[in-house]
Amino acid sequence: MTRPDRVVAAAFVVSIVSAFGLFLVYLRGGQTQIEGALLFLTLGGIGAGLLVWAKKLMPHIVEETRSRHHGPVPEADKETATETVMGGVEELQRRTFLSRLLVGAAGALGLAALFPLRSLGEAPGDSPFFTKWKTGSKLVDVNGDAVTSDMLTVDSFTTVFPEGAVGSADSQAVLIRVQSDLLQLAADRAAGAPEGLVCYSKVCTHAGCPLSLYLAEDHELRCPCHQSTFDVLDGARPVYGPASRPLPQLLIEIDDDGTLRAMGDFTEPIGPSFWNISEERSSSEAIARSDERSSSEAIALSEEPS
Amino acid sequence: MMVRRAIEGLDERLDGSSFVARNLKKVFPDHWSFMLGELALYSFVLLILTGTFLAFFYVASPELTVYQGPYEPLQGRSVSLAYDSVLRLSFEVRAGLVMRQTHHWSALVFMASIVAHMIRVFFTGAFRKPRELSWLIGVGLVVAGIMAGFTGYSLPDDLLSGVGLRIAYSIAQSIPFVGSWLANMFFGGEFPGTALLPRLFTLHIFVIPLVILGMISVHLGVVWHQTHTQFKAPGRTNETVTGTPVWPKFAVKSVGLAFVTFAILTLLGGLFQINPVWFYGPYVPYSGPSPSQPDWYAGWLEGLLRLWPNWEFTVFGVTIGELFLPAIVVPGILFTLLATWPFLEARFSKDREWHNFAQHPREAPLRTALGASAIALMVVLFLAGSNDVLAKYLQIEVDTFNSVLKVSAFLLPVIAGMITFVVCRDLRDRPRGPVDRPGTMTVRRTEDGGFEEVHEPATHDEAAAPR
Repeated sequence: MTRPDRVVAAAFVVSIVSAFGLFLVYLRGGQTQIEGALLFLTLGGIGAGLLVWAKKLMPHIVEETRSRHHGPVPEADKETATETVMGGVEELQRRTFLSRLLVGAAGALGLAALFPLRSLGEAPGDSPFFTKWKTGSKLVDVNGDAVTSDMLTVDSFTTVFPEGAVGSADSQAVLIRVQSDLLQLAADRAAGAPEGLVCYSKVCTHAGCPLSLYLAEDHELRCPCHQSTFDVLDGARPVYGPASRPLPQLLIEIDDDGTLRAMGDFTEPIGPSFWNISEERSSSEAIARSDERSSSEAIALSEEPS
Repeated sequence: MMVRRAIEGLDERLDGSSFVARNLKKVFPDHWSFMLGELALYSFVLLILTGTFLAFFYVASPELTVYQGPYEPLQGRSVSLAYDSVLRLSFEVRAGLVMRQTHHWSALVFMASIVAHMIRVFFTGAFRKPRELSWLIGVGLVVAGIMAGFTGYSLPDDLLSGVGLRIAYSIAQSIPFVGSWLANMFFGGEFPGTALLPRLFTLHIFVIPLVILGMISVHLGVVWHQTHTQFKAPGRTNETVTGTPVWPKFAVKSVGLAFVTFAILTLLGGLFQINPVWFYGPYVPYSGPSPSQPDWYAGWLEGLLRLWPNWEFTVFGVTIGELFLPAIVVPGILFTLLATWPFLEARFSKDREWHNFAQHPREAPLRTALGASAIALMVVLFLAGSNDVLAKYLQIEVDTFNSVLKVSAFLLPVIAGMITFVVCRDLRDRPRGPVDRPGTMTVRRTEDGGFEEVHEPATHDEAAAPR
């Protein structure tokens, strides 16, 4: 046995032994790291053995040179090919009326084949413009428990949802308490931020990630995805990063018993921009929505334990 | 004897013996860089094998259940059936975790070897006529590979991948006029929808692999038919190909390479943790992990999103948000440029000849310089995709680091391109030194006591030597 022979033999033996090892490890319930190492030896033994075999034990097989067998195509061949294709096309085209009908039928079939695409999802309608917050919705936390004004100390924050929609992707909001004299909100917005409790959509206006980072000393909300940063004191204006629109605010008020309620939906559509985001939420829709709101409000109120 | 009978049998039915003889005698040129494509192929084989195993256990359902498996930190948590099935596969199915991690590592290596292969083909001009079709398929494979990766790592329904899906939804939504429709159609309703996981699963295990398999088949068929490019060397010509015959030497080597690839991927899968979804937790729409970054091949796309300025504008009442340009338009332009490169180069260089020689990068300084620029840009974008992690590591503010990256995105490609161009041009125009021309030099003592040098020029064919 020459030296390469022995190397190849050793590699194959390692592979065989490791395969038995794998069997044992598997029988005893498996262990990821040992499985990985033994798979490496089992497969690598075969691979290394073959590579050494090819490189060292086939010295008599040397490089060969062959013609590539391709070059300019003879003119005659091109002619024949073109004529064959065109002959068929002309044969079909001779029946002008029939061939046109065929094209029409194919087109109609193509259109008909598109119909099922419509089944894939609901029409967006006005859903991008609205969330599940309604006038009077109670703010609840992630466990569905009502949030009261005394629950948050200054510079702490929590995620809130409208009652009955815990975990909702579009309605999630972040409630933060700041020192109320620091807030620089316009008068109509300030009215919805009582006692320094200010509430914004938790969906980043850049790419829609949840704003899970609050930098308390700077009063900034930051997105973990692309680092868009919003100034909580100044109406969640974007101060850094790729987002351009402020976070929509949720105007809230405090009930007599201290529970927090929304004064309506967010001030703007939530989340990233879409092509018609700048359209006003049309008045008829708004009316329809508010009807819906008042009826659901009535239900909500009646369900409320006294 | 059996072989003889098999060949006779084939011959009688399919006229196969000449086919077998001709193809087994085919020769393949040897160069280490020609193995990159094979590496991608064998990673794909392992992806199919491990993926089939995973598919037997995965449940594509967003329905909620209470986790009751052996992983204590999550016991009692409400999780989707999908997430539950991935945890079961990881912790309870024997050999499940090694399969899952090997699958993920194979995907990373698959993409890495495709990209490396593409870079090799680009810098050696191996995409030139008559091999444009192979190049186009290669670009298709990169796109399909990114899709396969994205649909794949979204399946476990963990927190990290859920955030990725939210970004994908937002990107779809950003397309003018049809965005809201497209996003709703794909997700089956407003985000997160309920239809998504089965759809991603079907795409990931059926549609995309089928497309990839189809493209690989055509790619291999074309390479086989056209024969491989080779580097210039004495005795080689544009009309011939010099290399190792397929049977048995090349085949044994290639199968050996396949097994070494499998070995390394399973070692990675066994010893190196990847995508530990149990740390991220199940997906909930109101939480996001920090830091969050995608797999490496999507890093440049993520970097584009992070570096792009916060431009939003309205044209004729149509709002173009911050995502549309960096997430749709710019990648679209880049991939179009990449795909059409062989045709652009042929048009501008007016070179429509057949090229069976692979070039040395210095032979085409402009192309090599542009390629270096593109790589420099990609590296900057890739780093930007992890700007928060890198800034923390470098102990500087993310804001500062971002500014540096923004400047670098313009500056580095220019610098890299210019340096590459100058170096390549000088290398190309430099008179060939002794390294290129292995001749001999003899020092001889003359009769009158002095010395003289006798130079023997290189003996091989000058025309065929690399320029």
